[in-house]
Amino acid sequence: MKPNFEQLYLQMARMRYFEEALAGLWHRGLAPGEMHLGVGEEAVVAGVLAHLQHGDALSLDHRSTPPLVARGVDMSSMILECIGDEAGLCGGQGGHMHLFSPEHLAGSSGIVGSSAPLAAGFGLAAQLMSPGKVAFAFFGDGAANQGMLLESFNLAATWKLPVVFVCKDNHWAITTRSRSVTGGCLRKRAASFGMPAAAVDGTRVEAVWRAAARAVARARAGRGPSFLLARCCRPEGHFLGDPLLRMFREPVKQVVEITPPIVRAMMSRPLGALVSRCGYLGRIGMVISRVGGQVYITDPDPLARAARLVGDEASRRLEDQARGEVERALEDALERREQHA
Amino acid sequence: MPRMSFAAAVEAALEKAMAEDERVITFGEDVTMLRRNLFVRFGPGRVRQTPISEAAFLYAGVGAAMAGMRPVVEIMMIDFIAVAFDGLLNAASKLKAFSGGKWNAPMVIRAGCGGWYGDGGQHEQSLWGILAGMPGVSVVVPSNPADAAGLMLSAINSDDPVVFLEHKFLADYWLDYLGGASRDGVSFDVPAAGAEGEVPQPLREVPMGAASVARRGGDITIVSLGVGLHRALEACETLAARGIQAEVIDLRTVAPMDRQTVTESARKTGKVLVVDEDYVGFGLSGEVAAVLAESGVSAGFARVCTEDVIPFARHLEERALPNVRRIIDAAEGLARMA
Ligand SMILES: Cc1ncc(C[n+]2csc(CCOP(=O)(O)OP(=O)(O)O)c2C)c(N)n1
Repeated sequence: MKPNFEQLYLQMARMRYFEEALAGLWHRGLAPGEMHLGVGEEAVVAGVLAHLQHGDALSLDHRSTPPLVARGVDMSSMILECIGDEAGLCGGQGGHMHLFSPEHLAGSSGIVGSSAPLAAGFGLAAQLMSPGKVAFAFFGDGAANQGMLLESFNLAATWKLPVVFVCKDNHWAITTRSRSVTGGCLRKRAASFGMPAAAVDGTRVEAVWRAAARAVARARAGRGPSFLLARCCRPEGHFLGDPLLRMFREPVKQVVEITPPIVRAMMSRPLGALVSRCGYLGRIGMVISRVGGQVYITDPDPLARAARLVGDEASRRLEDQARGEVERALEDALERREQHA
Repeated sequence: MPRMSFAAAVEAALEKAMAEDERVITFGEDVTMLRRNLFVRFGPGRVRQTPISEAAFLYAGVGAAMAGMRPVVEIMMIDFIAVAFDGLLNAASKLKAFSGGKWNAPMVIRAGCGGWYGDGGQHEQSLWGILAGMPGVSVVVPSNPADAAGLMLSAINSDDPVVFLEHKFLADYWLDYLGGASRDGVSFDVPAAGAEGEVPQPLREVPMGAASVARRGGDITIVSLGVGLHRALEACETLAARGIQAEVIDLRTVAPMDRQTVTESARKTGKVLVVDEDYVGFGLSGEVAAVLAESGVSAGFARVCTEDVIPFARHLEERALPNVRRIIDAAEGLARMA
């Protein structure tokens, strides 16, 4: 089997435009609450879900919209849900962190780590009631330190559940550098539960596609779970309006707010510790510059990479198609909203 | 008295406790950023970043407390304590009893709580009813900066576990941190008198288990706390214009509850309305009713609480939470009752 690059690119473009549409709605004040985008994760999601068949299950975290777009859940209903409309996918009750679609066997949760046990349960149902079907769990590198997630690895491994665990490793959990709070290496950690564990460049859709093909085949054959560690990025920070990115985007305002209490803390008595305090302050500065640096300098764009696989002409055509679909969904959503407003 | 924000008052109390007592430490997710001022002053040994492993680090707080420390453990939002319940329910709260009174766990669990900003039902709960239902746990829910500082000091100095809940509409950095404050077109009904206010200097402890009377009145008693208290006070203006004078009690502490202040007021007015952002069933409002019944006070009773899973959509959320309209209606209904 070979990947269909055009199809992969189309899916990635759909996700990207959809997330941009959500960002627009959020910035206009139409979408309440927090808003976590999946921008930067498109290659991971597209590469994995290209193997999804009807009857497979999806278990998602707080960045659930890209997989649901890839799964074919109605975009207009999702938009309505995210702007808190009663005509939305979940009647305006769930919102962007709690999206559910029973006909797609797709559920999400804002509780970090919970996508893994849910997927184990989906996998159990598949094992008993529809052998050959697979459950996909998406979660972040931060979630990999959550107890219930590691317990699920063990459960799935010992019960040989048909689960594909996908860790979207963007190196950060809000403002915490994951490496600083994670012992050992995540790939080896997963492997030690007795399941195949592969690390891939999650900005290269073809690499993800290939690694996922093996994991999915294994699950469909009833040979148990696999783990995929896909390195990716989060160019929009943790959530829209991320305070760390705002320090870059509007430094003067942020510095004016943040500095006085920090200076006071630095100068509090006894003063003996001033040198160490400068060091601690430096650490904070380091985190801010790392987040900003990753966003502005080092992040490769998975879409740009995938575009090269399909060529200029095709990528433009597919982008137009995807953009058109998202624009129509957005228009449709806003129109439906007007109608009963 | 200087004016301080609620958030600054809590931080000042924690900073004071940390400066005076080496055993006071704090840890939780993202504290390097969220508590950056404390981090700069006290360093990574005492202001510790944790992995997203609440079950482990909350229970580790119990162990550290048993071994002589006074940890302030942060569970970012109280909803997330679900994954870490064992450390509180089966360890911290039972230690004193299990050890025959010989051992205790002096720890504070600190978390944001509450809704009104459209974040959905997994991030906006109050949960103090569930928490206060455990024997051996104190739960405090301050409604203004002075109480927040004073109760934080008491919580840290307490020899037993205390859950300290700061409403996201009072500790203002939450809305900013969650990105919500960085855009136009979104406004939040933040109670100004709770988010900022005068704080006595030097900071003084506010005892746990002592309610305060936020407003005097003789027609009806409203019992509330946190943001609910401010909604109730707002409702009182309309009620007063309609000839109903409400007495408003700020519980400040859910457990232990100040039964005396509640029953005294209830005896006077004969009518009690509980305004509680937590769930209606099996919680604070029912507890108040039980306290009244047990004290032999026969009073008319009503409650305005959260009755269902909190909806995401803001207009649905507004209806589901104890809003001013609901409070006025319930209070009027109660006051007009013979
Ligand atoms: C149990 C629990 N703890 C904490 C949080 C707050 N929180 C939301 S997202 C997040 C970081 C998650 O990091 P990661 O899993 O790496 O995903 P990312 O956001 O980086 O995609 C945290 C700490 C939560 N939602 N649930």
